Amino acid sequence: MGVEFTGNHEMEIAVEESGYFSDSEVVAHVQEALQSVALGDREQYDWLLYEVLCPTKRMSPDQEALLLTTLRALSGAVPYIDADYHQSLYSLIFKMSLWRCAPDVRGALIDLIISLAASSGVFLDGCLDMLVRNFTPPIKLQESLSDNEWIARKSDVVDCVMSALQHITDLVPLSPMRLWPKIVREMPKSTRKKDLLLYVECMLRLERSMIGKFVGSLLLKALMDRLLDLDTDISWEDIAQEDNSRGIFDMELEDVQENAGDDRIEKIQQLAQDSSQCNNTNEKLDIIDGLMALTCEHLKSCVDDGRLIQVFGTLLESFQKTVLNAYKSKFAQFIVFYACSLDPENCGVRFAFTLRDIFLSRTNPPLFRMSAVSYLGSYLSRAKFLGSSLVLEILESLTEWCFEYCQLIDVNRTAEPKVHRVFYSACQAVMYIFCFRMRSLMIDPHNKSRVFHMPFESVLRHPLDPLKVCLPSIVEEFLQQAKATHLFSSSKAFIFDNFLESELSKAFGGIQRLDMFFPFDPYLLKGSDRYIRPSFEFWSTVRKAYDGDDSEDEYDGDEDLENGRHGVSLEEVDSEGGCGLDGDQNPESESEGEDADLGCSLNKMSITPKDTTLKHGLPANLGPPARMPARIRPSTSPI
Amino acid sequence: MAEALRVSDADLLVYVHPSNANRIQKALCRQLSVALFAFNETFDGVLLAYSFGLPSKTARILPGLIPYLCVNVKAKLLLFSPRQDMLLEGKVVKLNKETIYVVVLGFCAAAITSENIREEFRYKIKGGHGMFSSTAHKRHVIKPGTILRFLVKSFDEEILHISGSLIPAHTGCLRWLSKHGTAEDSEFDGKKKSHNSSLAPHNVMHEHLKPLLPSQDPYR
Repeated sequence: MGVEFTGNHEMEIAVEESGYFSDSEVVAHVQEALQSVALGDREQYDWLLYEVLCPTKRMSPDQEALLLTTLRALSGAVPYIDADYHQSLYSLIFKMSLWRCAPDVRGALIDLIISLAASSGVFLDGCLDMLVRNFTPPIKLQESLSDNEWIARKSDVVDCVMSALQHITDLVPLSPMRLWPKIVREMPKSTRKKDLLLYVECMLRLERSMIGKFVGSLLLKALMDRLLDLDTDISWEDIAQEDNSRGIFDMELEDVQENAGDDRIEKIQQLAQDSSQCNNTNEKLDIIDGLMALTCEHLKSCVDDGRLIQVFGTLLESFQKTVLNAYKSKFAQFIVFYACSLDPENCGVRFAFTLRDIFLSRTNPPLFRMSAVSYLGSYLSRAKFLGSSLVLEILESLTEWCFEYCQLIDVNRTAEPKVHRVFYSACQAVMYIFCFRMRSLMIDPHNKSRVFHMPFESVLRHPLDPLKVCLPSIVEEFLQQAKATHLFSSSKAFIFDNFLESELSKAFGGIQRLDMFFPFDPYLLKGSDRYIRPSFEFWSTVRKAYDGDDSEDEYDGDEDLENGRHGVSLEEVDSEGGCGLDGDQNPESESEGEDADLGCSLNKMSITPKDTTLKHGLPANLGPPARMPARIRPSTSPI
Repeated sequence: MAEALRVSDADLLVYVHPSNANRIQKALCRQLSVALFAFNETFDGVLLAYSFGLPSKTARILPGLIPYLCVNVKAKLLLFSPRQDMLLEGKVVKLNKETIYVVVLGFCAAAITSENIREEFRYKIKGGHGMFSSTAHKRHVIKPGTILRFLVKSFDEEILHISGSLIPAHTGCLRWLSKHGTAEDSEFDGKKKSHNSSLAPHNVMHEHLKPLLPSQDPYR
């Protein structure tokens, strides 16, 4: 080591004799300084504290060398550090920032921290706290570093911290149990994106490490909680206030352009810049975006490590406890969606069955069941990676449940939508899935026969009349497709208003408006969109059962639309010959009218409220009919 | 080592939330698992493992706002309760001139500082690796990976950290000690045997603890 000490009389004598101290001599000196505190002699100890460990001025190279030597010597003298006598010393050590140290000093400090943590239980918590605090740099330092310096420093420090935590775990195997509450507690609450992202990056690195075997699930759950907090902090109302006529999350995202989502988020950000309140919203969106990207990347690495199923179990548990109960979460659920897309056969199927089981379980509260079936409907509709057999199986379960419900219920007692809200939620989910999947289900003759065997028609014709109560926008689209595929044998006409929603749908959706909750509507965050988009089914790309039809139906529909009322008669459909799926489907024949048709189709499936009707209740017969959800938007927030 | 480990039979009363009424076993497991790897004053030790049975198929319902189920449980608990002057065995995970770091039973950390290492052992570096070697018996070596027998000086119940000592002659590398029995070792073996006999089924400590986790009484 060979460092020359100059600040102490005894040392000066020693230096005069040999010029340098050996390592053991320095350790012995520090031990002596520590021991003499108990005897009332603080001279050497104070010199160590105030001159070496905590210099008031910026350190010169000599001082830095002295600090390095002292830290190394302290590592050797750890058994002599007493919790009572040397409080100032270890407090100072715990306050030191790894980010400010030179690499050598940082290494020596880490060694000292490891020794302290393992030598006595008294210092373990302090050491872990210190390491967790060093997940993020001091604010001033962060601002003073250039990008390149920042990346290099970040890499060095985070590596140091991670290796220290691993070493401590090797020596004190139960330390992760004390570590994870500290990590959760210290998670940055501020809206400083850089801090939070770096912190989460460290959490995810820990999750991936050996420590993750003990506390990884707890860290992931904490991350999901944080995501959900940020998510629910942003309300649709806050965003929609910016432009009531358009809506900040106006679901025209699925326009044919690939970058539609980008445009949209830019618009969101542009709008958000208009006021400080929106700046705050913008920052939060930015943070969520970053966190989603980090988490998705982590999940991707879990696939490489072959432990996605294990991680997915944790995510699913967290999802059930938090996201599923949250009021219209907008982004957090896409973590599960992405995990499912990475392993559809295991995770994807498991998620669907979990949601189905939650819905079917009579012991669950109604709102919980409704939320589950909303998720299920949205998930089966939007997940490109799910096979038709799974979708059919779930549809059969739901339809069967609805059918049994109809058999058991006494309509004469009460027909209020609110009483039968779970039933209506299920019916709406089934119709919603059919809107997206009808055509693909009808391609295979076997699947087709299974669809025809479902007792859904009798459910729809039950006096509870789900077609009147469910969202008219979905009912309309469903009936159009049902008509095209001759799904119903009967010829009774279904009449409904062409509104986004109705008083009845509002009634069954309750104050939470679960009737309008489509959790897997198009994803709105720009940075992390790349993870979701490839597995996501956009409405504009869905091949509807009536695609390839001539424009007669469309025309009729438009005409009726103009009259503010739209009626579909199955009889009519039958007589007109419909637009059977087995008929010619020549995409080229759509030719010129394609854009217009697409626009029309989109209009019909855009649930985005274009005015304030959602806020103030929907007038029954006033104004033009609202457009419908096509990109059925992530949870319109009505009130 | 054996004396620090004991099996206790316990009659416990566990309060189960009514939402778990249809999965009592799972709820009991969850409640008992909360107590794992932490020192519990009621048990006077660290709970390492448990098994349990239900003596009755019925449970009393606690009157109150939430009708908790009072489930009687007969449990067998494996407890770890090291005390001063007990002998423990653990694996050396790291050492330097000042300290030997040991892990006992794979979960409990122990440190033996230089002042608690008898003078017979000298620290030296061989092949770039540090080790403690006995000056009296050259083959008596302590290095990372060694299973070490040491004396408990103190036990931090909150952190589960043991401060150990290698001062007594019958402490050190377990393998070496078992090969080279000394007078002290014989004495120790005698103790060990008696410790083992205490584990015989008819001598298992019976503890009747009720309730298991006082804090779990919802209306306390």
